[in-house]
Amino acid sequence: MSAIIRLGMSTSDIAAGAEATFLALQSAVRHRQLPVEIKRTGSLGASHREPVVDVEIDGQSTLYGPVTPERVRPLLDQHFGSGGRGVSSDWLISRRNDRSDYPFLGKQVKVTTRLCGLIDPYSLEDYLAHDGYEALKKALKMSPEEVVQAVLDSKLRGRGGAGFPTGIKWNLIRKSPNFPKYLICNADEGDPGAFMDRATIEGDPHKLLEGMIIAAYAIGASRGYIYARAEYPLAVSILRHAINQAREYGALGKNILGSGLDFDLTIKEGAGAFVCGEETALMHSIEGKRGMPTMRPPYPAQSGLWGYPSNINNVETLASISSIVLNGPDWFAGLGTDKSGGTKAFALTGAIQRSGLVEVPIGTPLRELIYDIGGGCADGHDLKAVQMGGPSGGCIPANLMDTIIDYDELRATGAIMGSGGMVVLDDTVSMVNMAHYFLSFTQDESCGKCVPCRVGTRKMLNILQRLLAGRGRMTDIDNLRRLCITVGQGSLCGLGQTAPNPVLTTLRYFEDEYMAALEGGANGNVQAQLAAEVTA
Amino acid sequence: MWSEAEQNELAKIFKKYPDKRSAVLPALYLAQAEKNWLDDDDIAAVAEALDLTVTDIHSIIGFYTLFRKQKTGKYMVQICTDLPCALRGGEAFYHRLAERMGLPPEGGTTADGLFTLEPVVCLAACDKAPVGQINLKYHENLTDESIDAVLAQLRQEAQGA
Repeated sequence: MSAIIRLGMSTSDIAAGAEATFLALQSAVRHRQLPVEIKRTGSLGASHREPVVDVEIDGQSTLYGPVTPERVRPLLDQHFGSGGRGVSSDWLISRRNDRSDYPFLGKQVKVTTRLCGLIDPYSLEDYLAHDGYEALKKALKMSPEEVVQAVLDSKLRGRGGAGFPTGIKWNLIRKSPNFPKYLICNADEGDPGAFMDRATIEGDPHKLLEGMIIAAYAIGASRGYIYARAEYPLAVSILRHAINQAREYGALGKNILGSGLDFDLTIKEGAGAFVCGEETALMHSIEGKRGMPTMRPPYPAQSGLWGYPSNINNVETLASISSIVLNGPDWFAGLGTDKSGGTKAFALTGAIQRSGLVEVPIGTPLRELIYDIGGGCADGHDLKAVQMGGPSGGCIPANLMDTIIDYDELRATGAIMGSGGMVVLDDTVSMVNMAHYFLSFTQDESCGKCVPCRVGTRKMLNILQRLLAGRGRMTDIDNLRRLCITVGQGSLCGLGQTAPNPVLTTLRYFEDEYMAALEGGANGNVQAQLAAEVTA
Repeated sequence: MWSEAEQNELAKIFKKYPDKRSAVLPALYLAQAEKNWLDDDDIAAVAEALDLTVTDIHSIIGFYTLFRKQKTGKYMVQICTDLPCALRGGEAFYHRLAERMGLPPEGGTTADGLFTLEPVVCLAACDKAPVGQINLKYHENLTDESIDAVLAQLRQEAQGA
């Protein structure tokens, strides 16, 4: 008999009490002298059931959660002892390897998060046992041009939100005659409602590293930086550990895997400024300056870090690369739509029954994600809208849930794909208040460099506050619309250009709520706090 | 003011960048590590090590939110109050906590100097709200009782130390 017990030990598992469960499991297995390997993994994404435990015996896996320390003993009895008295069916998540009996997991298609929850993120051997660094070996046998071509053919588009084709970006910098070239991974995940990158790094750090090394080879970069949030201590320490392992393995440093490629990586921790997710601001921050954006052009591919050609991709984009190289661009392209290949990870939060990290093919209807995977709204409430892309995105009302997850289709609704934050709003939420929440965030995070963003978002916020306080003026809604245009068109960087989106889309789909607020009707007076808060 | 260990650490950081200025964020973290905030001596030391002026350093500190020039408590208690968390009661939770800690709605440091409470936006754990970090350690699915228990334990640890 071969038995493995996997226990999620990501940030969210740990906060859910996974450490105590691990200790209970370890001591019980030792005490009973069970022939079991205990494996600490990243998060499987089912955060609504954490701590999650996967008991795999002779290749047959049974998934349980939440598993508190008291539940360890009956679980071990069930699988290795006298039988299953004491195991409640409530703890069972899935008893099928393909998870088809638990739609939250069974309906997903995992590419970048495939090994999250399956392997030990501290173990290079584990990664290697799952085809780890095979894509790098394959890429090193190809020419850099062929690697770029594969990425072009895969129809991979930037997962940071803007959706620019990754292969085109790579081609631009590859052709630059200037050296050195820098590769930057944007892990400054800051959108309220987003935690995909943190989960990916905590669950499978080498996948990101492998993607970066392949990217470095393709574009001709000699040095890479991973710009990560300082608020992610576990992710940063797991990455550090993985980088050291990769160096020892020979996948980083001089003459990588004997190919002649030299490339090494440094982690740069940010310091709590949302605007640093914007690429020019991010580069200034690496350079030790205030993280303020500058006009483009010049684009980073022409003049980036310290004036040299630089390429910036986000975590999910780079984590897709090894799968593209290994399984082929056609496979990746085939997962998605005509114009956009692959899958997209989302952080499903808010008023949703089954929250967590999910990954679905591009082209999946929103309805499937919200209802089949997420189980619809919690506590019997009806869905009102879904806010995508956090404060830079927009809301999509319940009647548009047949919209598919695709850069262009989503943009047509006024929302954006975004980096993957998906906040589900039920019928208790005031949309004016929702817009106010997100606008206060962008207003607060505005770096203050350009006037439309600095002053414009402040003016917009004043109007929203007036409306919410029941002191709205007749001209407010027209002025709000005008300000949306000024701020959106006049701002220097993405932060300001997208800041009006939550207001624009709520005005588009829920104008009645603005009117009610203006008239100081019932809807207008209860808005100072979210309904969910009042009942909490 | 740098200890020998810190000087070694600084030297390691410098190696990662083509110029000294680029090391300013890690150097500030290093200077802030011991007591959670930066006094004038710390700032002067960072400026000197990086061949920058004190004004340069102040301009960096002012831009980023994770560097602090005010004395803070031994424990930084940060609770997320943004929308996804508010939908799960995060904001109301924060306000109740501030009240129980005897602090104004915007937060602050407790009279005994142990805790600094601060509302923050997005700790990337929105699915587990109410959520907070205490000295960067996550605490999720918080209730009034559970956070009180955590704070009581920290208080005990601090007094025992």
